[in-house]
Amino acid sequence: MIVVLNKILNSYKMVIYSIYVVSKSGGLIFNHDHTVSKTENEKSFSYPLDLKLKYENKRIIVEFGQRDGIRPGHVLYEVNGKEVTNRQLDDGQDVFEVLENRELYPLTLKFRRPKMTTNEKIFLASMFYPLFAIASQLSPEPKCSGIEILEADTFKLYCFQTLTGVKMMAVADKNQSGVELLLKKIYELYADFALKNPFYSLEMPIRCELFETNLKSVLDVVEKSGITNI
Amino acid sequence: MTIHNIYIFNKNGNLLYYNEWNRIKQTGMTRDEEAKLMYGMLFSIKSFVNKISPTDPKDGFLYYKTSKYTLHYFETLTGLKFVLNTDNHAQSVRELLQQIYNQVYVEYVVKNPLIDLAQPIESEIFKEKLDTLIKLSPIYFSKSI
Repeated sequence: MIVVLNKILNSYKMVIYSIYVVSKSGGLIFNHDHTVSKTENEKSFSYPLDLKLKYENKRIIVEFGQRDGIRPGHVLYEVNGKEVTNRQLDDGQDVFEVLENRELYPLTLKFRRPKMTTNEKIFLASMFYPLFAIASQLSPEPKCSGIEILEADTFKLYCFQTLTGVKMMAVADKNQSGVELLLKKIYELYADFALKNPFYSLEMPIRCELFETNLKSVLDVVEKSGITNI
Repeated sequence: MTIHNIYIFNKNGNLLYYNEWNRIKQTGMTRDEEAKLMYGMLFSIKSFVNKISPTDPKDGFLYYKTSKYTLHYFETLTGLKFVLNTDNHAQSVRELLQQIYNQVYVEYVVKNPLIDLAQPIESEIFKEKLDTLIKLSPIYFSKSI
């Protein structure tokens, strides 16, 4: 009964995953990960390994094969409790050599969905900029804005562009309501706590404590009781 | 409600078919250039969505919305891509795209041995059937009425 209830609750969960603020010129000036969903899978494997792994971008990723929650694209980050850096274990052994050595099996491998590094986030933020522009250029109707909502099967991305060209973006669960209003509220916080801060220079990353704390509390309120209570 | 235009791309990004119904603004480039721009944008959106997604995506990108129009995207497992631009009020466009795929594309292109699948679709019957399907759809509503 509790399991069923939990399942129902989970399917209606309202979550805001992360907030991005992008400057007029497309640079990421603020990022906050609110809810980080964990997908970690630990499993014991016997020889031969029934997943195909490859080394790409300094990580070992699953190329083919899917089992027990491990899916293509996931990163191998622990072998028998020893962490993997690049393609080596903590003690200097090459991961692929370990995986091919029949005598070392059974091995416990830990996989997870790759976490975005700060660099990747900056890259993604600047990638959104041309998408936003092209969307308005390809419009079949005149005087069209850029992308306001982008939906995929796992999340919904909201983008609010201010008159000065700053973009507030939120990645939220598909069921989360009131995100448009939340973005306006974030704009208000940006105006109050970043722009009025004498130590903040425009177009530079926002490192204002008040902005961050206020933002966090707003996000919590929105998740728990909706936007109307702010 | 209205349907603006449709693009069909194959897995290599070649434009197989384009048609428009209620399109008010043209981009001012050739159809070829426009298709390349569209495909490039979709390709980038796909990888963007893949990276920014909090959990593992299955279908990935579904649609995006601007102040004036909504772009609906449907990709088959074989890499065929259907792009339909509608206004912002259109409902269940995904079903329509699926219908276009199984009732028109598969029936009149795949099942026609004379059509080279990598080439732009010239078949008259395909065009006709697609046009009727779109015009019969409740999403389609001519602005002139």
